[in-house]
Amino acid sequence: MVAAATPLLEVKNLSKSFNSFQAVKSVSFDLYPGEILGMLGPNGAGKTTIIHMLLGLTSPTSGEIRIFGLDPSRPRQREKILRRMNFSSTYVAMPYSLTLRESLMVFARLYGVKKARSRIDLLVEQFELKDVVDRPVRTLSSGQMTRLNLAKAFINEPEILLLDEPTASLDPDIADRTRTYLLEMKRTKRMAILYTSHNMQEMEEISDRLLFLHHGEIIARGTPDDLVARFRGEDLEDVFLKVAREVRP
Amino acid sequence: MKPYRISAMFLRHIYLYKHSLTRLVEIFYWPLLDLLVWGFVSLYITKLSAEGNSTPNFLGIFLGALILWDILFRSQQGISVSFLEEVWARNFLNLFVSPLTIGEYLASLMMVAVFKVVVVFLISSLLAWLLYSFNLFIIGMYLLPFMICLVILGWAIGILTTGLILRFGQQAEVLAWGVAFLFQPISAVFYPVSVLPRFLQKVALAIPASYVFEGMRSIIFGRTFPVGHLVKAFGLDLVYLSLALFFFFRMFRQVRAKGLLAKMGE
Repeated sequence: MVAAATPLLEVKNLSKSFNSFQAVKSVSFDLYPGEILGMLGPNGAGKTTIIHMLLGLTSPTSGEIRIFGLDPSRPRQREKILRRMNFSSTYVAMPYSLTLRESLMVFARLYGVKKARSRIDLLVEQFELKDVVDRPVRTLSSGQMTRLNLAKAFINEPEILLLDEPTASLDPDIADRTRTYLLEMKRTKRMAILYTSHNMQEMEEISDRLLFLHHGEIIARGTPDDLVARFRGEDLEDVFLKVAREVRP
Repeated sequence: MKPYRISAMFLRHIYLYKHSLTRLVEIFYWPLLDLLVWGFVSLYITKLSAEGNSTPNFLGIFLGALILWDILFRSQQGISVSFLEEVWARNFLNLFVSPLTIGEYLASLMMVAVFKVVVVFLISSLLAWLLYSFNLFIIGMYLLPFMICLVILGWAIGILTTGLILRFGQQAEVLAWGVAFLFQPISAVFYPVSVLPRFLQKVALAIPASYVFEGMRSIIFGRTFPVGHLVKAFGLDLVYLSLALFFFFRMFRQVRAKGLLAKMGE
């Protein structure tokens, strides 16, 4: 059982306020090796703010974050953490004028990847980008850009991966293959993945545990089956609609 | 042609000015700077004529000034436009979630700035020689310290501008093209400090670039250039760079607290 291991990521009473608006309210959770933790919630629930705080892009108002036992608010420790972690979001792109291979080479160097060329070749193959690898990024479709972002996220073989709606612009076939790859990484590399998506079927399929966020609070947590049972829903989509419409278990 | 569609598009652009102070200021900014620079250039030429200097080396004064000014400008652009390119490409977040530290990032931008300066300088000086038979290397051994002095000032202005864009977002991106030119009328680029009104002369003496351009003119006119002025220019450079870095890191802390760093990248 994953919970027997030491968590790679620990969040305790994490809060974030933007002036009088409280975006995240005393959130606590752990992420273990070989686990996919899904974060669900309507728009504005605080999912992205939590991810940004974990990445050190936004400083918390209060609370504690420990990643690999290190404190990301300390610059030297943050640097050590980020070498072993990565992130991908549909809303982030890559340098437009560079080719796909050049973009990945830049990130391989940023993460200090050894044998960068062979690593890039492997990822390009994995994410089916071989045909476009020498094309400028600006010519990629949104699906190809998402796959490029995912390839970037795997460049340093991260132990923790934060994915913000990673399959949002992928067609069902590629999205399915991406999920399969994530599950394989989780199983074979014991990769820990924090995952957000509005695709409930995907969350149900991929997540070991789920956190349900609403108005910045975790209002429910558990396995997908637990949550469906607790909210007396038909499936996760039904549960989501109940949460969004303020129905409590 | 439908007037209501034309008016819709007119309105679309006018709305921009309503919501952006920088755009509004920009309307007055460039004409004002042009007026100041060309006004002082005219005063300088008038003064030279009155003094009986009918054939000063205008080619050297203006081309030399232009090439050296471009060093400052490219150095600043190397920082702020390189930063903006990450913002435009929505690549900013990817960089700042990598182990790259902000110090390393700034150092890389400074290197980009130096690269741009070297390329631009080589091309400009070659073209000046080919087209106008003007040899910038007549400045001699002072050329390198002059260039370094301008590059450092360019870094400082670039870092300051980047801090402002970081804090106020893309609406402040016009600053990347405008802030350096704010220094042009008061840096005595095309005319000596003595042409400026007395209160502006005091301001000019607090700007490192003024010493460089005064020095360039002194050498072109065959006069001596006191080394003390160069030392003063480098001293001021260090003050400007330190203040710019202090400001940038302060802005960086602020944008992290406000969650603006993440918004900048998406």
